[in-house]
Amino acid sequence: MANLNILLVGVGGQGTILASKILTHAALAQGYTVKMSEIHGMAQRGGSVVTQVRLGEEVYSPVIDEGEADIIIAFEQLEAYRSAHFLREGGVLIANTQKISPLPVLIGAATYPDTILANLKDKVKRFVEIDGLKLAAAAGNAKSTNVVLMGVLARFMDFPQEVWQDALKARIPEKLLALNQKAFAFGYDYPGVAALLETVAGKE
Amino acid sequence: MKTLMTGNEAIARGAYEYGVRVAAAYPGTPSTEILENLAKYPEIYSQWSPNEKVAMEVGVGAAIGGARTLVTMKMVGVNVAADPLFTVAYTGVRSGLILVSADDPGMHSSQNEQDNRYYAAFAKIPMLEPSDSQEAKEMIGLALDISEGFDTPVMVRTTTRIAHSQSLVELNDPGERPLKAYAKDAKKYVMIPAYGRARRLVVEERMHKLAEYAETVSVNRLEMNDPKIGIITSGISYQYIKEGLPTASVLKLGLTNPLPAKLIQEFASKVEKLYVIEELEPYLEKEIRALGLEVTGKALFPPYGELSAKMVREKILGEKNAQILPFEAPVRPPVMCPGCPHRGLFYTLKQLKLTVAGDIGCYTLGTMAPLEAMDTCICMGASISGALGLEKAHPEMAEKLVSVIGDSTFLHSGVTGLMDVVYNGGNSTVIILDNSITAMTGHQENPATGKTLMGTPAPQVDFVALAKALGIKRVTEVDPFDLDHVKEVVKTEVAAKEPSVIITRRPCALIVKTSEPPVEVHDCTACKMCMKLGCPALSFDEANKTAVVDPSLCNGCGLCVNVCKFNALSKGGAN
Repeated sequence: MANLNILLVGVGGQGTILASKILTHAALAQGYTVKMSEIHGMAQRGGSVVTQVRLGEEVYSPVIDEGEADIIIAFEQLEAYRSAHFLREGGVLIANTQKISPLPVLIGAATYPDTILANLKDKVKRFVEIDGLKLAAAAGNAKSTNVVLMGVLARFMDFPQEVWQDALKARIPEKLLALNQKAFAFGYDYPGVAALLETVAGKE
Repeated sequence: MKTLMTGNEAIARGAYEYGVRVAAAYPGTPSTEILENLAKYPEIYSQWSPNEKVAMEVGVGAAIGGARTLVTMKMVGVNVAADPLFTVAYTGVRSGLILVSADDPGMHSSQNEQDNRYYAAFAKIPMLEPSDSQEAKEMIGLALDISEGFDTPVMVRTTTRIAHSQSLVELNDPGERPLKAYAKDAKKYVMIPAYGRARRLVVEERMHKLAEYAETVSVNRLEMNDPKIGIITSGISYQYIKEGLPTASVLKLGLTNPLPAKLIQEFASKVEKLYVIEELEPYLEKEIRALGLEVTGKALFPPYGELSAKMVREKILGEKNAQILPFEAPVRPPVMCPGCPHRGLFYTLKQLKLTVAGDIGCYTLGTMAPLEAMDTCICMGASISGALGLEKAHPEMAEKLVSVIGDSTFLHSGVTGLMDVVYNGGNSTVIILDNSITAMTGHQENPATGKTLMGTPAPQVDFVALAKALGIKRVTEVDPFDLDHVKEVVKTEVAAKEPSVIITRRPCALIVKTSEPPVEVHDCTACKMCMKLGCPALSFDEANKTAVVDPSLCNGCGLCVNVCKFNALSKGGAN
């Protein structure tokens, strides 16, 4: 397998770090070399959070360059927009439809673009939009949005289902496990993903 | 067993495996997690010092005492620690002494982008540069060997992408934790000029020996491949080259002071075109040129920011990848948290139109809109002394001038500035923002918090008594949430014809979780006064002309309730 570059982007507090831990746990269990880079110094202060995960037989740079991400998982719309140019041609962009306004928007100094999803859909062939927050709430806790998104990601990777389940068990406390397993399944079985996989399969 | 570790965790693990007994640091991104992780090993004594100079001196003392020692700091911290560093280079050590300098190319969280490799050359000490976490761990062992073998402190220089990136590390069992007996040796450790001159010669001799050693040490290695392109590199740049130019020949340098002249010449003779790829300054490039070699480096790569595999490919091969054009997205800057005790103070300073000499900490976020209440921020401690200078240049400004400084920063290097204000007849007002923690770097203890790094209780510095002991007669303590009182006190103190200190006391909102319900909005008049606070939990709904509180973010601090003149905002559950 060629190296796989996965970019997780979001806002401090959205659980990108736990998501990346689940992902790296699964990748290591599959026997891959993994590197991960995080710029997280301001995570608690509401800034953008970017986590880069690279896996393969041999991985050198811990950083994913512009135009080289195979998959981007955006936990928030504006962050999807901000990072879209990191996607390679033919890459997959998974966008959670949640919106979190940054301070310049809150104080009226900037406007939150209202055509983000439409513009992304226009530019990115393999695009999944998902209301992860709603699915997580349905699973029992809105905070599991990150795990819903991991469920979507799993559909675009060839790891066996039990590797993901082991990763969830290893990284999530016992009492929250059942609801997170449910959240993961909601993401995995999300109809938008199946539809995209079918159209892509049909074209290729 | 292999495990994923950041470079910082790996350095801590290396200290554990290779027998470090004493460690000291002042927190600073991207170095902070080294000591946080080291504190998990109870076999090692570790401590936060009030500043980097003190940490370095604690390290010097421990190493002269015969214990293997680690001192860590961010790159600007080395400026503070430079004084002891340059002289311990003369005295040498009894047991291994390592200084980790964590540099920050790209300025992710720093006020400048200085390349600390020059410090190693300047202080005449050996320097190691790891390229991933495994090397970071191993180089702690190597640094201790070099330190003891050549009787010198050693610098290990990392950068943000080494410090904060995770890669696999092989864990080993810890070895011995040796402790040598102390013996007085004044000619070696008392640097009066007569003894210093003798040691000066030892330094030169040592550098010659180290230069020989650099030719054969395993961390300086040739990776011969296609001879068309030959690249000399060190640190994180090595990874970008292996990624971007997999067929190039590489001279990977792990020991980068002193440099292996013969090895470099040998490599240059084996390749057709020689490049040097390094982040920041042309540190290697100038040395290579001094050997009389023709080499291309900064002619292609900028002396600022981070490099990348993509940049290496583009500059050397001219290859570009296809990518989507970036979309225009409003920025998402870090902000003061909901319930932050600093917010009300900065709101007041802006209202009073004061000139604010700022400092380094979370409160530097008060620079940004809508608060915009900071005029200067230079380095740790520069607020108080800078305000004194401003006042000496413009005496009439004294009554419109304050300096703001956090508890940890005040203890780091604000105390001497305050002493200067008193001694030299300053008149300005110093505001110490005491949130009971070193917040910006992720909540570290300090001499005023009552706890040490290792978790033991400690005496707390008494800011009031300290200010008075320095000669400040006017010291007032305020609750920063009591806006009316804060405003009154600030107005009185800036008008006073003598220097004064105001201490705002309230713990960081991230360490003391309130159980207050979120603020409620009723009959908003759309004056937007509350929007001037810059609270991320508050927004304005233009369609319905009302302020909106996000209950998932609001911690019920009630600052906005105090700002609203129309009682449209109220404490949750009050009605």
